Amino acid sequence: MSDVEIIGTPERTVSRRKFIMGVIAAGATTSSAGYLFNGPQPLLGALAVQGSVERLITLNVNGQQRRVDVLNQETLAFTLRYKLGLTGTKLGCDRAECGACTVLIDGVPSYACSALTQSVRERQITTIEGLEEADGTLHPVQQAVLDEGGFQCAFCAPGFIMSMVAMVEDNPNPTREEARQALSGNLCRCADYDKILTSAMRAAELSRQQA
Amino acid sequence: MAIIRDMIPAFELFQPTSADDAIELLVRYDGDGWVLGGGMDSFDWWKERIKRPTAVVDLVNVASLQGISVTADGVEIGAMTTLTEVATHPELVANYSVLTEAASQIATPQIRNRGTLAGNLAQDTRCWYYRGGWPCYRAGGNTCYASAPTAMNREHAILGTNRCVAVSPSDTAPALIALDAQFVIQGPSGERVVDAEDFFMGPAKDIERMTVLDSDELLTTIRIPSTWAGASFYYEKVEDRKAWDFALMTVATAARLSGGVIEDIRIAVNGAAPVPLRLEASERIVRGQAASEQTGMQAGEAAIQGAQALRHNDYKIPLMRNLVRRAIRGTEA
Repeated sequence: MSDVEIIGTPERTVSRRKFIMGVIAAGATTSSAGYLFNGPQPLLGALAVQGSVERLITLNVNGQQRRVDVLNQETLAFTLRYKLGLTGTKLGCDRAECGACTVLIDGVPSYACSALTQSVRERQITTIEGLEEADGTLHPVQQAVLDEGGFQCAFCAPGFIMSMVAMVEDNPNPTREEARQALSGNLCRCADYDKILTSAMRAAELSRQQA
Repeated sequence: MAIIRDMIPAFELFQPTSADDAIELLVRYDGDGWVLGGGMDSFDWWKERIKRPTAVVDLVNVASLQGISVTADGVEIGAMTTLTEVATHPELVANYSVLTEAASQIATPQIRNRGTLAGNLAQDTRCWYYRGGWPCYRAGGNTCYASAPTAMNREHAILGTNRCVAVSPSDTAPALIALDAQFVIQGPSGERVVDAEDFFMGPAKDIERMTVLDSDELLTTIRIPSTWAGASFYYEKVEDRKAWDFALMTVATAARLSGGVIEDIRIAVNGAAPVPLRLEASERIVRGQAASEQTGMQAGEAAIQGAQALRHNDYKIPLMRNLVRRAIRGTEA
């Protein structure tokens, strides 16, 4: 637009001829865009590199295939809570310190805040929502926590319970010290550790009865 | 709403299926690429927005970096093998227990389940001034905040400092140095192999790096020779809490004894210097000596030669001396 205005001003005149040439050049540039961007693309070659990831992925969560659109930098905790609505998984520190976001990845307890969703897209994710059976029967670990009144505020409970589920799988007959070790990656700000450990021992007992 | 603040800034993400492809990507991004293993060190940097890579090369799908294989000459551990796998592998537990003991005491079960052996070795220092984004020497600046008169430096180094006083945080490093392990590094021009103790880089050589890894190189394999299989081992980690914590100091030894006499030994300590230290002077003193309290005292005294405390870490000098003493005495078992 500024070119057009300049034509009308006596101080800085652009000749009609130059103006027309400019328009033609601009047009040529526009029409050559197709040559630049439709052929082989050295500038955008990254897209062709093996290992590029798709945004739209299928995530196996609690036995269901869930289609979800994820960002490269998105953590599993974010995807579970804010894309899939599975808010049972809590975010406490978001720094792999507190354990509130613990979920099972192929049965192994892991901090969901510290794994890219893209890194675990071919794995089986289990969250607290996936523990109870379809008829509403609680998992023995959940039942044990209820029986023992294991938590005070219970914000940390989903993380602790997922660690306990992995513990009873791994070691169905733990000592209290072994339970302490198995739960050492989870923190409780209410410092209810004694009751939590009692729940863990009860969880192992209930699991043994069911096995 | 912590989660909004903590959304990691965007990056390109690649998940190549071979080490060659991964290296090609790192070459392409020329220093702006970031190698992602288990992520236990990476996420902090990204979330705090102190390091912002253009592209992340996630090694999750590189099958050749996974797993442990027992060979005729020892054991080969793929870089992406998790610390839990290392800690529980039957051959390692049976013959190289100094490593499994070290791996099983790292952080928490969840961290060991995701964190990899290579990540534990190549992780960045925990100096909180540096990790907090302060423009220190290591971050390209021109001062060290941790050695200032008012600094909090209880966890920092007593030996081998050079402007930077941060320590290496790796617990598996001293165990692998004791085992005389070798690290295989792959880069654009092929493979090279370095001894465990030469993998780490002190601030005198390059203050902005922790290891000899270039930005386009991968640590691919950790090789443990059978030399020390089934030897007498000692490992001790001193930390403020029994779980989760980084070590204040660790000691690892591998020794061959005959009739109570130490025929050969390798001693390594971490948490004392910017790199994990192999204590060759102490080794020379104890070779051919009885594995006794007295030999341990001499080795301990030799270990702390030249040690200099900062304002809050003078306890590390007797701690190092005593750890070495206990390790020598402990090899008796």
